[in-house]
Amino acid sequence: MNINTTKIISLLFFIFSAFYLYTAYQIQVFAFDENAPFNARTFPIYLGYAGLFFSGLKLILPDPDTIKVEHRTLEYKKTALLILVAIIYGATILKVGYFLTTSLFLFASYYFLGERRWVLMFLLSFPFVAGFMYLLHGVLEIYLRDPFLKSIGVMG
Amino acid sequence: MTEGILIGLTTALSFQNIFMVMIGCFFGTIIGMLPGLGPMTAIALMIPITYGFDPATGLILMAGVYYGAVFGGSTSSILLNAPGVPGTVATSFDGYPMAQQGKAGKALAIAAWSSFAGGTLSAIYLLFMAPSLSKVSLSFRSPDYFALMILGLTAIAAFSSKGQFLKAMMMVVLGLMLASVGQDSLSDITRFTFDNMNLTDGISFVLVVMSTFAMSEALTIILKRNDPTAAAKQVSLTELGSIRINKEERGKMYRTIPRSSVIGFLIGVLPGAGATIASFLAYGMERNLVKDEEKEKFGKGSVNGLSAPETANNAACSGSFVPMLTLGIPGSGTTAVMLGALLGFGIQPGPRLYMTNPEIFWSVIMSMYIGMVILLILNLPLIPYIARILAVPKNYLIPLILFFSITGIYVMSFNNFDIYLMIGIAVVATFLRLYDFPMPPLILAFVLGGLMEENLRRSLLLSNGSWEFLWDRTLTICILVTTILIVLWHIYKTLTKK
Repeated sequence: MNINTTKIISLLFFIFSAFYLYTAYQIQVFAFDENAPFNARTFPIYLGYAGLFFSGLKLILPDPDTIKVEHRTLEYKKTALLILVAIIYGATILKVGYFLTTSLFLFASYYFLGERRWVLMFLLSFPFVAGFMYLLHGVLEIYLRDPFLKSIGVMG
Repeated sequence: MTEGILIGLTTALSFQNIFMVMIGCFFGTIIGMLPGLGPMTAIALMIPITYGFDPATGLILMAGVYYGAVFGGSTSSILLNAPGVPGTVATSFDGYPMAQQGKAGKALAIAAWSSFAGGTLSAIYLLFMAPSLSKVSLSFRSPDYFALMILGLTAIAAFSSKGQFLKAMMMVVLGLMLASVGQDSLSDITRFTFDNMNLTDGISFVLVVMSTFAMSEALTIILKRNDPTAAAKQVSLTELGSIRINKEERGKMYRTIPRSSVIGFLIGVLPGAGATIASFLAYGMERNLVKDEEKEKFGKGSVNGLSAPETANNAACSGSFVPMLTLGIPGSGTTAVMLGALLGFGIQPGPRLYMTNPEIFWSVIMSMYIGMVILLILNLPLIPYIARILAVPKNYLIPLILFFSITGIYVMSFNNFDIYLMIGIAVVATFLRLYDFPMPPLILAFVLGGLMEENLRRSLLLSNGSWEFLWDRTLTICILVTTILIVLWHIYKTLTKK
């Protein structure tokens, strides 16, 4: 059998489906529902078997249209940096507030992607976020929590 | 029906809604132009904003974005030979050669007029077809709906790109699995939450759409070192030539537009099919129908070759609203996103929609006409200026997409967990995209998951646990036979391709 990455993904999906199926069987249903024609675990059980069936087929059938990805040409570093910045953004947004974290997130993302025009980077982060915040908070009346702006008295 | 049309017109012609159509068309055109970012991304980015409006306005905004994105895709097809959306690939066959001959302005004008005519004609078809189909669909029972959902999910998998049927079916199952997380709708029993309170209400639809489309598309562009705006640097976006269409060219368009709009609309109505298949079919049909002399020009800048796919892809967009508005079952990934947004508004689309919420049903149809007019007014004179957006560097474009995605989730839940979950799903989706696992089937399945379980539950309870409900009714059998035919057709196509 020709092993390629698509097959490995199918194998992972097969394992995931098996785990899903196992978990589906563990769903606790009410005693009176146990033998009902349909209960909370019925549909997930079918889904688990469907997952095993399709990923199993993908695993055993020949794959004439194999996708070959040149990993050496992929930009892993920048992608990982962007994901890291997004995680830090997610971790700080509630504590620090929307304005500062979002502006810094945009500024850092521009920087990590290779941008060095500082003025443009600044304009497309801090004033841009301020304008967007005004649109959401001021015009559309969508509440935005911001402890930082509250602490300096900008937001009520 | 007249009363409904008047209600729809009144709603659609309000200042706020006309403004929303304009914003939607403009924003959609810009996003649609950028290769790699399609209408689903454009609509996904709009969802959090639509929750600030009433449902009719929200849906009108999203419909405007949809049309704008499809038209924007044709602009980059013509100017750069880089289709912004799959539905405009066929547009580049004759649009790009025309642009290379110094007739970019004319090609854009033909595309704009064809889109306008295709969209308008199909909105008329929709006007008459939707209420009739709604009445018919009132006779649908749970087994029919269950079978119809199987048909929709199988069709979207079968019509996905070459040789991807099994991958698409795996994505369908994954979408249904994601939809099963959280409380069971009937018994309130929690499933697959692993004692995490954040998962009790299930995974948010907006989160799944944002992570599998907007965010993962942005990450894929970086990972693959693609630059959607690179081609724009090679061409002049300001010297597009005249936009005048002469009498002979108009004559050709008069013949092409009606037939292409019919085929586009009918393909759009079919679950799973959509603008891409419609545009290719219309292109192929037009090539067979024209005289030999014109046939020679196909691929070298033919007016018919450009007009046909452009008419069909816009007609298909309107057609795809038919199953969503009348059956409550989206026929494509894009309408699935809209359905999810409507459910978020607390509105259940389906056969009763035009009775319970006539202002939504009719205003969406009416706003299609207005959208077409606005697209024409907006695009013809402004294209040289709008096209400059193609020159925006990806260093700015990508962070802005990530920003809109994360903001969209943040304003909905104010929860760090949702942001982490979104990043996690986006990373997995990016990896799956690398190996051509299609995302639209996942979204369609995620949206339909709850409805599918509900209809299966009712069917099994009514038949006392027996699967006989699948062949008890003629309608159910017809739908299932269609599903089997689609699968057999797909197998036949795969075998003959070899």
